[in-house]
Amino acid sequence: MTRVTDVASYLAEFDDIPGTRVFIAKRARAGYHLNQFAMSLMKPENRERFKADERAYLDEWPMSEEQKEALLARDYNRLLDLGGNVYFLAKVFSTDGLSFVQAVSTMTGMSVEEYQAMMVGGGRSPEGARSIKDKT
Amino acid sequence: MARITAGIGCSHIPVLGFAHDHKKTQEPIFKPAFDGFDWTRKWIKAEAKPDVVILVYNDHASFFDMKIIPTFAIGCGERFGICDEGFGPRPVPDVEGSPDLAWHIAQSLILDEFDMTIVNEMDVDHGLTVPLTMMYGDVPEWPVKVIPLAVNVVTYPPPSGNRCWALGEAIARAVASFPEDLNVQVWGTGGMSHQLQGPRAGLINAEWDNRFLDKLTGDTDELRMIEHVEYLRETGSEGIEMVMWLIMRGALGKATKALHRHYHVPVSNTALGHIVLEPTR
Repeated sequence: MTRVTDVASYLAEFDDIPGTRVFIAKRARAGYHLNQFAMSLMKPENRERFKADERAYLDEWPMSEEQKEALLARDYNRLLDLGGNVYFLAKVFSTDGLSFVQAVSTMTGMSVEEYQAMMVGGGRSPEGARSIKDKT
Repeated sequence: MARITAGIGCSHIPVLGFAHDHKKTQEPIFKPAFDGFDWTRKWIKAEAKPDVVILVYNDHASFFDMKIIPTFAIGCGERFGICDEGFGPRPVPDVEGSPDLAWHIAQSLILDEFDMTIVNEMDVDHGLTVPLTMMYGDVPEWPVKVIPLAVNVVTYPPPSGNRCWALGEAIARAVASFPEDLNVQVWGTGGMSHQLQGPRAGLINAEWDNRFLDKLTGDTDELRMIEHVEYLRETGSEGIEMVMWLIMRGALGKATKALHRHYHVPVSNTALGHIVLEPTR
């Protein structure tokens, strides 16, 4: 890819990818405090405080009520919609003691076992998963 | 004069660091991934013996957060610590920098119109340490100096593939103008196909990945034209990391040949790719 001069059409293409929330500026802005909250869990003392009283810890951050509720519910697809990025959200599921495979599988509607079996079988095929409008 | 003698492409899957650190490399789920690096471990120790590696990687919300997002950041410090990624730092040695060469490259790149961010203090995460582990194994000190080159591939837009390739070309010019006689390698890390988010998570496209590996060799520069949306559609949202391999490829000049190549699916959520390239003219 070389120079892009039309930001709007560059971004619009991402909406055509099934089951994917690309971390574009709109999400990065909406999720700023959500992601910075997640980042704070890198410190052991913050993880302890969060675990002791999740709601109280969340209330220290200027996040929306929706974001806080999605965090309490560990609803990762919702968190992606609300501006979360998976590398930041990883601090939340690491705090819960979940691996990437365990946490990521929760976003797919499959059980961990089903998801792992799919990966061992070569992963999810790109066939039919490339474009919503072209159904390719 | 300093010279770039080889390039390495390598995934930087965190679970491989975990497997190494917990002595699980011979377990059936990890063994095939590690076996594909046996050739490289021997070659780098016995033959290639680089003095410095320019290690292109991305930080995964470990040292950099959302406060400051540099597109291209070059580590010019003496040493780099190991990030605590949430369960304590990996038990691997600190990374020794190469500040004279790093500052020379930073100055040369900026004057060559690549507006780098200069970083004097930073810790490095699995994006940088897993490739070192794959290439050098269990060592008390890394036997090579490292210039970390962190690329933003998390917050959109990442740099274009063409820009990455051109940065690699500019790195080659910078290295060639450094007076000390140094054997330098450039490593591009990350990829290959993987998606860690949303209902489409787990996507793997072995055919596309292998075409990408094919085109890193020879004299084609087709890869620089791949659009971001193609990486996303074909290789999953995190497959975009492959733009970092193009910095490595760009630094190797007009043509390359592959000395070694390895591809394995899956390693946790990800397709593992690895290639060792040598410039041919």
